[in-house]
Amino acid sequence: MDNFTPYSALIGGCLIGLSAALLLFFNGRVAGISGIIVDSFSTEINHRYWRGFFLIGLMLSAAMMNTFFPAAPVTYSRHMLFVVISGILVGYGVRLGNGCTSGHAVCGLARFSLRSAVATLTFMSAAMLTTYIMRHVLEY
Amino acid sequence: MTKNIAGFICGILFGTGLTVSQMSNPDKVLAFLDVTGNWDFSLILVMFGAIATLSAAQYFILKRKKPVCDSHFHLPKTGNLIDRRLVLGAIIFGVGWGLVGFCPGSALAALSDGKPDPFIFTIALGMGMMLFNRFHNKK
Repeated sequence: MDNFTPYSALIGGCLIGLSAALLLFFNGRVAGISGIIVDSFSTEINHRYWRGFFLIGLMLSAAMMNTFFPAAPVTYSRHMLFVVISGILVGYGVRLGNGCTSGHAVCGLARFSLRSAVATLTFMSAAMLTTYIMRHVLEY
Repeated sequence: MTKNIAGFICGILFGTGLTVSQMSNPDKVLAFLDVTGNWDFSLILVMFGAIATLSAAQYFILKRKKPVCDSHFHLPKTGNLIDRRLVLGAIIFGVGWGLVGFCPGSALAALSDGKPDPFIFTIALGMGMMLFNRFHNKK
């Protein structure tokens, strides 16, 4: 439990919630990142622009944070093959299931959506099982 | 115009939230997913903070007739439909998430740490999304 960081987790979580609330207040939209990525390539320019700005803001602020307040360095230990497979599965899965962690596990649950609760429980269980197999069965 | 500024500010808040909470760090996410290991349930607190803030704010926001920059709120119209597609999609996403510890938002936030992993992941993420369009459009 030495790695438990309750305060930064709560503060960071509140910032994510505030972002989603403001997006709903101003643009009337749900802050689901996978949906924003997909629709930022929409053929309708009106749909594209604010989403592009959102994604640029996300990447820019993360870059600023990484530069000025560097956290613990990440140990990327996964083989590139797993990274590629993981990316493809996540990309396909979020489209099929209509949402990822932000869309279902934050925005959906905040709306008390049963659909999002089922999705969240399902992907968390699948992810925990996968992590278990990777770490403790294959010991990768 | 206001829509774009709002989008940009919300993106900044979202990216800051992801990095402050260290959710852009796959080690941190895997430490949550690894329930039988040295379990770190910080991720639950991130979710709790986000959900509490959003649902409280939403209570007041949705009392308005419309958002500031649009004619109506665009909430998902899928209701409480629970079908094979939703569950199968969540399983596929979950397996991918557990494999490396990236979800779409966290990978974008991690792009700037200068390592190849988030780049490769983001490209593969795009491929997975396009693959879906391919199969889906055929039906």
